[in-house]
Amino acid sequence: MPKEFKAGCQRPELKMPAAKEEVAAVETQKKEEEMRMIKVGKPAPDFTAPAYYQGKFVTVDLSEYRGKWVVLCFYPGDFTFV
Amino acid sequence: MDSVFVHKMWNDNELSKMVGKDIPFPMLSDAGGKIGSLYGIYDEDGGVETRGRFLIDPDGIVQGFEVLTPPVGRNVSETIRQVQAFQLVRASKGTEATPSGWKPGKKVLKPNPELVGNVWKEWKVSEAFDE
Repeated sequence: MPKEFKAGCQRPELKMPAAKEEVAAVETQKKEEEMRMIKVGKPAPDFTAPAYYQGKFVTVDLSEYRGKWVVLCFYPGDFTFV
Repeated sequence: MDSVFVHKMWNDNELSKMVGKDIPFPMLSDAGGKIGSLYGIYDEDGGVETRGRFLIDPDGIVQGFEVLTPPVGRNVSETIRQVQAFQLVRASKGTEATPSGWKPGKKVLKPNPELVGNVWKEWKVSEAFDE
């Protein structure tokens, strides 16, 4: 399912609609913070990211996992102790 | 946070030795903490991601999350229990609910008007705890 890519410098990409610039700065910041708040019962923000998966470098798109349950875990860094 | 190259080294040199095989799920690289920021778990001061864990259902809806600071590890059994509970609720199309302390095999509740004020007859406080 995930697409393999050539070893290189891949970067994660967010799939967010571009914010409109004409809105007042404070309001924009407020809105962004609201958008960033994850809420239960609401859609998980979509993204694409490079990944290491069983011997290969692949690109993973969250939307590819529709139809499955997903546990998305973040952690501080590789080789940390906990 | 780390690159896919570091993920490979961690898998090959440590994790695969812990579990006896390659890590069975994709290890994503979130360079710069973009995805972590989007999910609200990126610690800008420390430049690290905290221990965020999100349960996402087959429709792409967030059903639950937990966030811990770095020194304390997660309880994987509890994560699995929550997935099992959400799967049961989903399979019942919302006609069943899992009370506090539920785990597979334990009693579920069927919310309806008659249950209002009568949960004490159906469920005991001791069931909130592992025996």
